[in-house]
Amino acid sequence: MLNAIWTFMLAAGVLVAAVQGRVGAVTDALTASAQDSVQLIFSFIGILVFWTGLARVAEAAGLVDVLARALQPVLRPLFPSIPRGHPAFGSIVMNLAANVLGLGSAATPLGLKAMSELQSLNPDSRTATPAMCTFLAINTSSVTLVPTTMIALRAAAGSLDPAAIVGSTLAASAVATGMALTLDYLARRRVERGAGRRG
Amino acid sequence: MRGGGGEPVFIEFLQLISVWAIPAMVLGIPAYGLWRGVKVYEVFVEGAEEGLRLAFRITPFLLGILVALGVFRDTGAMHLLLSGFTPLTSWLGVPPEVLPMLLIRPLSGGASLGLATEIMKTHGPDSFVGLLASTIQGSTDTTLYVLTVYFGSVGVTRVRWALPVGLAADVAGFFGAVYFCYRLFG
Repeated sequence: MLNAIWTFMLAAGVLVAAVQGRVGAVTDALTASAQDSVQLIFSFIGILVFWTGLARVAEAAGLVDVLARALQPVLRPLFPSIPRGHPAFGSIVMNLAANVLGLGSAATPLGLKAMSELQSLNPDSRTATPAMCTFLAINTSSVTLVPTTMIALRAAAGSLDPAAIVGSTLAASAVATGMALTLDYLARRRVERGAGRRG
Repeated sequence: MRGGGGEPVFIEFLQLISVWAIPAMVLGIPAYGLWRGVKVYEVFVEGAEEGLRLAFRITPFLLGILVALGVFRDTGAMHLLLSGFTPLTSWLGVPPEVLPMLLIRPLSGGASLGLATEIMKTHGPDSFVGLLASTIQGSTDTTLYVLTVYFGSVGVTRVRWALPVGLAADVAGFFGAVYFCYRLFG
């Protein structure tokens, strides 16, 4: 599906520009967005490097293990394929905590740490495991208690009540996460049943 | 406080947490590590080096997606696709101003943030569409970006059902935002 969407975006862009007689716009868009991507990567390298380092300290100090053991009972039903006591639980907990608190800059490095733990359990390094899909279902729909960025932007735009959106955001976010977890559960079950029949 | 359900103390408490969480971790993690006898600085540098490798590993994945998205958006193809959806969504009660966010929110966090800011500038942050746009922006993460960065960091290219699930959640979140904003602010 990713392959299809990727090709579709490029092809649609070229065709629309060609039909409108300004195919040169494709080259401009390409150059500009390639530059923008590198700038984006540079803008987050610093914070990524810092949090990966701090996460390693937390791990060496045993903090990740404590978190993992404490919250394992809650997470186990969502990630049945991760062995009991595996460090992946600790990284997943840290990432979800950072997400819920709206700490985007810390959430991504901690999430990448969790992904590398999950990858160590992966028999086929190019293909996503069900645990990875569940983890991303939670992350892409992200339950955020305080949408800090939006509140700040609303205040900057002169809002009389910047935090008015907290309730509606939490409700809409819960709908998104509920949908993500339900569909993920159904997809996971279908795959497991298929594997059971074959094996 | 409008629509907050009369819980300003709760909200203030949450905001306090989100302001203090990072400073608390920056204080607590190294201090606890030092107390446990960890060579904190050396371990930090070791982990940070892995972060640098990670950034380079993500680069091709992110660049591939962002360039395709740039071509799709800047040539006007995205706008054309959106105008095809207008009759259906206006029938569902979606204000035309926020409709582009349905397509843009899962694809590009920066672009949809720009759109939300523009809507607030034009209609005011406390107008119905202003509140709706901020709710849509805050209620989900950028699916395509998260998938690219997370899977890219470990070199996974077959993402299986993660993409359709993420996109379906975005659509659900969008219509959830429309529904709850009508209930709270409409």
